[in-house]
Amino acid sequence: MKFVEITKKTNIDFMGFRNKTFIFSTILVLLGLVGFVMIFLGKANESVDFTGGTQLQIQFVDQITTGELRRALINGGIHDVHIQEVSGTRGFLIKTKQSDTEKEKIQDKVGSILLSELKAKSFQILGSNMVGSTVGKTLKKNAIIAIVISLICIVIYIAWRFNFIFGVAATIATFHDVLALLGIFWVLNMEMNILFITALLTIAGYSLTDTVVVFDRIRENMAKMKSKSELINVINLSINEVLSRTLITSLTTLLAIGAILAFGGIVLFDFSFALFIGVFIGTYSSIFVASPLIFLWRKKVR
Amino acid sequence: MIKSLKIRFILVVLFLIISVIYCMPNIIELQGVWKKYFPSDKIHLGLDLKGGMHLLLELDTVKMMQNMVDRKFNAFKDAMIREGIRFMGLEKKENSLSVLIRAEQKEKLYNLVGKEFPDLKSGGTRTEGDNLHVEFLLLEKEIANIKDNAVRQALETIRNRIDQFGVTEPVIVQQGENQILVQLPGIKDPERALELIGRTAQLEFKLVDEENASRVTVGAIPEGSEILTMRTRNRETGIATTTSILLKKQTLLTGELLTDARVRIGGEFGNEPYVSIEFDSEGARIFDKTTAENVGKRLAIILDNTVYSAPVVRERISGGKASITGGFTMDEAKDLAIVLRAGALPAPVKVVQNITIGPTLGQDSIRKGIRAAIFGAILVLVFMIFYYRYSGIVADIALFLNLFYLLGAFTALKATMTLPGIAGIILTMGMGVDSNVLIFERIREELRLGKTVRAAVDGGYEKAWVTIFDSHITTLITTFILFIFGTGPIKGFAVTLSIGVIINLFTAVFGSKAIFDWIIGKYKPRSLSI
Repeated sequence: MKFVEITKKTNIDFMGFRNKTFIFSTILVLLGLVGFVMIFLGKANESVDFTGGTQLQIQFVDQITTGELRRALINGGIHDVHIQEVSGTRGFLIKTKQSDTEKEKIQDKVGSILLSELKAKSFQILGSNMVGSTVGKTLKKNAIIAIVISLICIVIYIAWRFNFIFGVAATIATFHDVLALLGIFWVLNMEMNILFITALLTIAGYSLTDTVVVFDRIRENMAKMKSKSELINVINLSINEVLSRTLITSLTTLLAIGAILAFGGIVLFDFSFALFIGVFIGTYSSIFVASPLIFLWRKKVR
Repeated sequence: MIKSLKIRFILVVLFLIISVIYCMPNIIELQGVWKKYFPSDKIHLGLDLKGGMHLLLELDTVKMMQNMVDRKFNAFKDAMIREGIRFMGLEKKENSLSVLIRAEQKEKLYNLVGKEFPDLKSGGTRTEGDNLHVEFLLLEKEIANIKDNAVRQALETIRNRIDQFGVTEPVIVQQGENQILVQLPGIKDPERALELIGRTAQLEFKLVDEENASRVTVGAIPEGSEILTMRTRNRETGIATTTSILLKKQTLLTGELLTDARVRIGGEFGNEPYVSIEFDSEGARIFDKTTAENVGKRLAIILDNTVYSAPVVRERISGGKASITGGFTMDEAKDLAIVLRAGALPAPVKVVQNITIGPTLGQDSIRKGIRAAIFGAILVLVFMIFYYRYSGIVADIALFLNLFYLLGAFTALKATMTLPGIAGIILTMGMGVDSNVLIFERIREELRLGKTVRAAVDGGYEKAWVTIFDSHITTLITTFILFIFGTGPIKGFAVTLSIGVIINLFTAVFGSKAIFDWIIGKYKPRSLSI
């Protein structure tokens, strides 16, 4: 029988790359740790969800540049303004750490500044998101709790279904993915909002599925293994056996995410971008992080 | 696993029919008999898709306690004067009152407290010569009670206001200890809604201190008086200006005793909207007495510490009716009547989160979401057929079943669809084919080993099952935690993803397997297009 195949029967020595990929992974993880520290120091591009502040989505009828808009808002007293243009639509996302007080609402303030500074331009405020700083802190705390608890639950599940070593390896790989994604977002200075946290958890789930598939095969092949010295071959064989599945699933998932990336609009862009990158990292980590870890550990134990 | 092919098909089709029935109202408007016997709920759209306002309000309990102690302080002072207890000093603290009396009046004071102020307890005494310093603490239980009641009362008041304002399907719930979450979908005038909800609406009547008005300019505010701002609106230009006005501190009457407030048109300036209010019998009695005692003086009508008008009392007013004028616009008068009818909030509220989404933005999001979903689906469907040929069609049928079940379950469970929720659906499609990919790859492996079609299909499904189960459970764990810790839109995402995962488990293993079994049973193929 003939099949359409993107990979013929492969025999790649994945484990042979492990030293190189460990270096690469270490860099990614370090980047993530730096990003994590920077978030704590408040030096990352966090959304108003976490810092408190106001975000407005404004649609201009007339042509206007980001520079003009920034000057107008700074003249009006919003000095920390952060402007992002929604490409090709004359729409802008405006962000400031200022939030509403009893005396004035930031949305009104921005509105009146734009009216007086940019008299010739007509605009409409499409949506706003104002978060008080205490609420922001709670949301941030909840986000971190959510990530930690779900990771713990997953280790317990994997440890129960496989064994402790597999559980730990899967968790390290998942942490690796979360940190790598965080690091990449930090380096690109992209906004971290609640949707980003959602993306992190989704990717954690996705990467884990990938890892489980590989582990499942390793477990299956280990049962047929005659001596422990074969472990490295068994792992290699297992990865090769599930390789086509790994690639096909990544591809279909990427196709779906690609559609959101292309057509989902500004609100979902960063979210789907995180998912897009995350699928790559998740696929990479199940092959090059989780599996070699099992090998390393087994070697030591023996 | 159920062996009978018939039963499996019946189940798959039955679920499909149920899903389609639940999905129908989203596509066409049901009428007549259909509406009577079939579910007519549409998918609930979240604020981010429908447009609207999401508010998180925080009750200022500190301010509320201050008000509470203030009231206690005044009542206590009045009671002591009435009972003839001479006091040299009376002070209020955060949650206690301390009074300095002559030692011999101690008995009388304790009697009074025991009789009229059961919520106060003695917090110790100190002798100063002939005088005695007595401290009274507010009972902790009482404080907790007051705070608890305050949130509940605020919730009730806000609900009343919103109901009268006319918003469909508002969400008003308590969150945490002293926060209230308000969601107003599809609201057209968010500014006005915020004004209406956030206003404390404390209505008070106080006398204007006219004798001392001239002294204020030199900065000497007499004891027992206070300065408030007064709002006046120019009737021709409509511009509101504020001035200062000196009032006696004592509150003669509050809005608590109101029974009704209505918008009327007319008054001394012709056709101007004003609010006519009506007091209950006790309020009417107090109002009658107050006006009788103060004929010729100016009585200020104060809402949330702003004076709206201060008319001269021309004659004694019986019957408990009064009117509030102040150059209102029609909307302002309507809203004022609503807040007066609904009652005052027990404490001022602060808006700590305000997400407003305009209706155009929401519609835009739906359009983009649906477009992304269609494109995503087409890409995945085409790819599966390209790669797995006829078996790809089986996977695609499973994908369609998935989609219908998901939308049906979503509508039936009355879950809320949000923009991340739509992303969740698209993602489920991409990840959902994973189960079939796993199975198909296994079947290919079995076929490569030279097994017959039937044995390969059975073996493929059997071996893939463990992996599919594990991977679905891990995804369910993450979505479950997202659901618990996430807010609004994120919950929508978690719900779609978890429903999607569960349904996927069913269709991939149950649905597509049934199709394979049927084909193999009927045509007994020698080879498989996979």
